Amino acid sequence: MSILRVEQLNAHHGLLQAVRGVSLSVGEGETLALVGANGAGKTTLLRTIAGGHRASSGTVVFGGADVTSLPAHRRVRRGITLVPEGRRLFPEMTMEENLLVAARGGRKGEWSLSRVYEAFPILHPLRRKRAATLSGGEQQMTAIARALMTNPTLLLIDEASLGLAPVAVERVYESLETVVATGTTLVLVEQDLGRALSVASRIVCMLEGRIVLEGSATEITREQIVEAYFGLRRGNGGGET
Amino acid sequence: MEAPAATPVLVASGIRKRFGALTVLEDVNFALRADEAVGIVGPNGAGKTTLIDILAGVQRPTRGSVRFRDQEVTGRTSAALCRLGLARAHQIPRPFGGMTVFENVLVAAAAGAGHTRSTAYERSLGVLEQCHLLELANRPAESLGLMHRKRLELARALATDPVVVLLDEIGAGLTDDEAAELVATIQEVHSGGVAIVWIEHIVHVLVQVVRRLVCMDAGRVIADGDPDVVMADAGVIDAYLGSTAR
Repeated sequence: MSILRVEQLNAHHGLLQAVRGVSLSVGEGETLALVGANGAGKTTLLRTIAGGHRASSGTVVFGGADVTSLPAHRRVRRGITLVPEGRRLFPEMTMEENLLVAARGGRKGEWSLSRVYEAFPILHPLRRKRAATLSGGEQQMTAIARALMTNPTLLLIDEASLGLAPVAVERVYESLETVVATGTTLVLVEQDLGRALSVASRIVCMLEGRIVLEGSATEITREQIVEAYFGLRRGNGGGET
Repeated sequence: MEAPAATPVLVASGIRKRFGALTVLEDVNFALRADEAVGIVGPNGAGKTTLIDILAGVQRPTRGSVRFRDQEVTGRTSAALCRLGLARAHQIPRPFGGMTVFENVLVAAAAGAGHTRSTAYERSLGVLEQCHLLELANRPAESLGLMHRKRLELARALATDPVVVLLDEIGAGLTDDEAAELVATIQEVHSGGVAIVWIEHIVHVLVQVVRRLVCMDAGRVIADGDPDVVMADAGVIDAYLGSTAR
């Protein structure tokens, strides 16, 4: 059963159309990885689903209700939360204050401070540290934990591993596995295909604002992804998608 | 006298660029022949735009040198390089919005190439025709859509009479049909004797024009050669998709 349905979604940045007629369905409890080159429209799609970017046309249906016109904070109350690219923590607040702020705007549910520290013990010793002083990996884990404090049904994560040292990426992905195990539906934008495949059950590849490949993470081949990622099959004449 | 086509017209040697503690380019060597069209690809943060900035005189390298038309040009301003024949079309076109399309190109022909008034007029009309903008010559630039803004950006670069044009993601955001039209124009420009260096994420568009691809990753050149060979290179695919990919 699908929890999220995106239908014929279009989104622009000024004159530039970043998302072109995207239709997508995400099942309850599914982990979907959105891959594609820079400028493919992944982040805009994620932000449009989360309510951080206005759709030019099309609909976002969540839990059976049309949420297209709802602002981001009201989508959070419905259960859609975004972990944005670059984390966007409140730098002058402590790590724990960042978590508590999110809890105030979110829903009641399984995730609380004690549950977060149980799931991510690495965060507990950092609770009094200012967010600005945390390492990149610690900030990313805080951003994920902050999103969980809203008790989302659908968690959208944009570039969880970007700019992190390999050891920090390992930790962040371990935390994602914890999230997946709770049954939270996850949509993940990730540049590193290997990482994406390590947690995702389905892969969607975007190119120039469109979905050009979609399939099960176990069945889709590396060659298919490479071809879709670069759009090389249609290279000799600018043909149709 | 023009250099023979086989002689590199633009050469960057041993380029390093640091921003504070961050090394963005390390030992980058790049040479462009006068008859070449070369694409530069690479994942986010590879250093492509910084390299173009250095070639265009926008950034000064921390180490290394740039030669253009047999002259040492390291550290020269982009305006000085433009007068020497090195033009750039930016990713985000920023025309003079209140001026007409024609006036925008005229500024480039007069200030960029140093043409006199009558020659600049003539040159501007020729470039507008080449870029399929003649019908829009009297429109204010701010009224143009994305495709026409991109064409105007290219026209402004061409109006400076370049030997080399640096194109920075000029295909981004275009539809398939628009990209195909732009490719045809760029092919025509190149056939007219202008060397091209083109950064582009849309690889299938890029390979319709270039016969050589340079792939960068983490500030270094990791592949350089025939586009089919470069795009099939395991190191290139790993650079984009991660080394743990299947």
